[in-house]
Amino acid sequence: MLDMNQLLHYVYTLGIPVAVLLAFILANAVYLQLMERKVLAHMQGRLGPMRTGWHGLLQPIADSVKFLMKEDIIPAKADKWVFSLAPFILLVMAFGSMVIIPYGPPTDFFGLLPKKVPLWVSNLNVGILYVLAFSSVGTYGVIMAGWASNNKYSLMGGFRSAAQMISYEIPMAFSIITVVLMSGSLNLSDIVNAQTDRLFIVALPVGPVAFFLYLMSGIAETNRVPFDLPEAESELVAGYFTEYSGIRFGMFYMAEYMNMIVVSLLASIMFLGGWLPVQILPHTLGHIAPIAFINKLLAAIPPTIWLLGKLYFFIFFYMWLRATLPRYRYDQLMSISWKILLPLSLGTLLVAAGMKQMGWL
Amino acid sequence: MGKKGYMNLLFYISGLIAVISTFLVITRKSTVHALLYLIVSLLAVALIFFSLGAPFMAALEVIIYAGAIMVLFVFVIMMLNLGAQSAQQESQWLKPGIWIGPSILMIILAGELIGLFTADPARLYATNMIGPKQVGIALFGPYVLGVELASMLLLAGLIGAYHLGRPHKH
Repeated sequence: MLDMNQLLHYVYTLGIPVAVLLAFILANAVYLQLMERKVLAHMQGRLGPMRTGWHGLLQPIADSVKFLMKEDIIPAKADKWVFSLAPFILLVMAFGSMVIIPYGPPTDFFGLLPKKVPLWVSNLNVGILYVLAFSSVGTYGVIMAGWASNNKYSLMGGFRSAAQMISYEIPMAFSIITVVLMSGSLNLSDIVNAQTDRLFIVALPVGPVAFFLYLMSGIAETNRVPFDLPEAESELVAGYFTEYSGIRFGMFYMAEYMNMIVVSLLASIMFLGGWLPVQILPHTLGHIAPIAFINKLLAAIPPTIWLLGKLYFFIFFYMWLRATLPRYRYDQLMSISWKILLPLSLGTLLVAAGMKQMGWL
Repeated sequence: MGKKGYMNLLFYISGLIAVISTFLVITRKSTVHALLYLIVSLLAVALIFFSLGAPFMAALEVIIYAGAIMVLFVFVIMMLNLGAQSAQQESQWLKPGIWIGPSILMIILAGELIGLFTADPARLYATNMIGPKQVGIALFGPYVLGVELASMLLLAGLIGAYHLGRPHKH
């Protein structure tokens, strides 16, 4: 039998993190969509949704209700099981990656709780590989949706997505391995703590290159503009989710935002120091009084706020790209991955390994 | 139930899923369905690795087998678009008589397995955590020749693919 202490232990280490994570996921799933519409609208000189609630604040709730109420259509010639399973796979895999991500160091919320609780659900020692594993299984959701719809546009979208995800997974994995080399650990908390002295994005010469590679392939992995070939609406109607409607379509939508969050969180954790505060050149200019004061102010911001700030910066960056760049052609997409990113990532890895061996990193 | 209890439970559940899904891989007539079951079985095997204390191997299993190799399989099979015709062909192949040989082999294997488990139950759960470092040391220490051979094979495959994919100049 569980005694009271053990039960409390489970509540602190599992119950509270899971509840907080769920709330975070749901809030983001609903409100990132509004953020995207607002950002795009303001960049294009429009106002975006304005009518439902103050500045459209209730719009996402209205949209969710619409998704839930709409008829869930399964095409007559579709493969019913695979068709209905596909969005779940995509969504579950996106959720699964979020379980492993640490959202800050253990905290007692400024003394509100009697003891420190971890801000992660699982602190796996090969965490970063698990994120990769989940994202690679998520690919099946897209392929299955494309195939099971029994529609040529969906199938083309599924194919493109499969090819794209395989191609961009490789430079992504190599840039992650570069980070693992620099930090000496596969554990995400350790990777953050290894950046106490300097963030990996400024770890010259390999840091910025690895960051650029990760960012590029991360955008491609999440099928965002300018790499949104799988759902290119001018050629493929809507790609792999052409035949989906109602809540299943909503799931694809949600999964896209979840994947964006995962990729952005990983970028913040691996290159921008996660929950560590950003400091203005602490080693060279840190002794000058005004800069030291600003650095102190920056360090006073709670760690999780830092992580979330970095996360939303990346998400804003994604939306910014969508408002700015046109879509690549398919052959361009492939040659970017295989002819530019792959050799570059291999070179980065080689340089990083050499520098590590010489003790310069 | 302690951590070990959970791991045992996880082991048996994922083992059961692996066996059932592998059986379904063989018996499904639709090629795509068979492949999807094969992916499920690979994921279950990854969970078995995890429950035996090798999370690194589990992650690699998912990334390499389920994530990379099977995606290519699914890709090709879906491109071939095998319909009802090939499903009929499959059903002709899967006659009851064909099961005799594999069944005998499987019974022998199952017997060996049961014998192994009853002889030394402690061997079932090697609960030492095997981290990435140990795997790396093993790969580049005693098994370095195997790694080199595999990499040469892969290089040959790569060159072959490049040769086939090269644009022909006439």
